[in-house]
Amino acid sequence: MQDDKLIIAGKSYNSRLLVGTGKYKDMDETRDAIEASGAEIVTVAIRRTNIGQNADEPNLLDVISPDKYTILPNTAGCYTAKDAVRTCQLARELLDGHDLVKLEVLGDEKTLYPNMVDTIEAAEILIKDGFKVMVYTSDDPIIAKRLEDMGCVAVMPLAGLIGSGLGICNPHNIRLILENANVPILIDAGVGTASDAAIAMELGCEAVLMNTAIAAAKKPVLMASAMKKAIEAGRESFLAGRMPKKAYASASSPIDGTFF
Amino acid sequence: MEIFVNGKSRQVEESFSALQLLESMELVGKRLALEINEEIVPKSRHAEYLIAAGDKVEIVNAIGGG
Repeated sequence: MQDDKLIIAGKSYNSRLLVGTGKYKDMDETRDAIEASGAEIVTVAIRRTNIGQNADEPNLLDVISPDKYTILPNTAGCYTAKDAVRTCQLARELLDGHDLVKLEVLGDEKTLYPNMVDTIEAAEILIKDGFKVMVYTSDDPIIAKRLEDMGCVAVMPLAGLIGSGLGICNPHNIRLILENANVPILIDAGVGTASDAAIAMELGCEAVLMNTAIAAAKKPVLMASAMKKAIEAGRESFLAGRMPKKAYASASSPIDGTFF
Repeated sequence: MEIFVNGKSRQVEESFSALQLLESMELVGKRLALEINEEIVPKSRHAEYLIAAGDKVEIVNAIGGG
């Protein structure tokens, strides 16, 4: 499996698990969980610096170093194209010109469902401005194709609502998106446990991005390790090609040579 | 003169540079990005960029998120 790499925007990665850094107890747990996940691409949020408070508070980018990980700044919390574009521009300045971003423009607070009208508007502006856009989207195959055609480097449909842990709610739509895709399709959001991650990979997704499934587990570091294995198992299972389902039994032991 | 830093009012001297502002907040050398009136001010321009009264300054960094 050495040569089975995930390629995003021309860069290759060994791990097909991308992880977020939110909701952890502290920086130590963040670092340990990310280490255990084996992830090479790690998402961060961009927020106001605390001024005058906790001057010695450890900086996330000291714990999750850009020298070791590909940092993927997100636009979480943005409800308009304008705010998302601004956030990406600040992230690029923060990360010394690094231009890979996770674009998400949200529709409402209750569902955090993506607002695809503003997502498309923001993607257009960002791509024109030289950003490499990994885009969070609804699981609509027509929209997913449109985002690919615009030049997004990866299309990331939700499996379920952000932070819901509901798993792959509509595998049929994910399959339709995969059928037409020429850029990596990643499941982003909705994974709750390791089997969900394996199912996403068995469907043929190139990778899975998750945060809450690890951070909200009782033992986040152990769950990070479980997710790493599930992603690897799911990928190998996809490449191996599953057996066809049958309505009736088919004996695994031969009939010939029975003595009874 | 009055400016607004991350949404809060702050008094600074006339012809204060962006770099002097960061120095006054002990933020020099920290990982951050600076935006003034919704325009990015790149690190290379912090020393020369002069802040004007009423400017809206945003100083951001990376935090945990998914």
